Amino acid sequence: MLRMICFLMAVLASGLSIADVSAVYDFDTRSEEQRYQNLIAELRCPKCQNQNIADSNAPISKDMRNAVYQMMQDGASNEEIVDSLVGRFGEFVKYKPDLDSRTFMLWATPAIAVLGGLFVVAGVVVRSRRAGTSGPALSKEEQARIDEMLAKPDQNDNG
Amino acid sequence: MKRFWLFMPLIVALVVGVVLFAGIGKDPTKLDSALIGKPVPAFSLKNLKAPDASLDESLFRGEITLLNVWGTWCPACRDEHDDLLWLAREKNVTIIGLNYKDNRDDALVWLDRLGDPYRTVIYDPKGTLGFDLGVYGAPETFVIDASGVVRYRHVGVVNGKVWEEILLPVINDAQENG
Repeated sequence: MLRMICFLMAVLASGLSIADVSAVYDFDTRSEEQRYQNLIAELRCPKCQNQNIADSNAPISKDMRNAVYQMMQDGASNEEIVDSLVGRFGEFVKYKPDLDSRTFMLWATPAIAVLGGLFVVAGVVVRSRRAGTSGPALSKEEQARIDEMLAKPDQNDNG
Repeated sequence: MKRFWLFMPLIVALVVGVVLFAGIGKDPTKLDSALIGKPVPAFSLKNLKAPDASLDESLFRGEITLLNVWGTWCPACRDEHDDLLWLAREKNVTIIGLNYKDNRDDALVWLDRLGDPYRTVIYDPKGTLGFDLGVYGAPETFVIDASGVVRYRHVGVVNGKVWEEILLPVINDAQENG
């Protein structure tokens, strides 16, 4: 019984959380709807900063979703839609900013970090190899003593 | 070479420190307007105080103006209202209001009760001009030069300090390079 209640509550709650955002837009085709979902997932809410407009309930996100829908109905391409919103709200609304002089470090940092990491790993490997091949060297006298010991094993034998 | 590696943590800490220090005091919720250097978008909306009259972007021609986005639903707009009155009355600043996503009756009562700092108020109940201006939260205040070009956008409350340190220098610059 308890399990049943828990299950029902979970089902109800899951409906609540998506009810407001998935709202009221009708699309002619499934692919258009998918295009809409992709667009609102990669546009960022200027008010709430760390949410895309698909997830945000801020009034401005609602306006932006509405604008995206209207522009789609008017036959605008993805690029036109994003450019139009960037023209109003700035580059900030793109979760994937273009590569230019201001965003260069943003895009380059992961590559720099990976290259740096590879560099360090390579350094460690090379160094340990080098250390392995050139072990502690023996002087001539030491080598001679060892040879002598190995040649007469009986002398060191306790038995 | 060994010596150099000893200093590596220090160098990394310094670099990270400089990068993080540069971010201190910056408010990430304040975004530069995308419209700076561009003319006020075209619009055709009603005048709040004269419901029969239409207004358009030519409203911003001829003199430097502040465009203040407000609504009666916005508590911070109440906070800055006295400062706007002070600017309009003491400093002779021309302020044009954009009544954003509000209703006319409430807005008129607000101006009647609190005083009216605006030369003209554009009535934008659906927020269409607000959307074209990239308004994402009232109050916002734009500095618009005499040819109707956006010079600056301030997000948040206007007060004496904001006026002295931010808006006035922009206005002076707009006057010199108008």
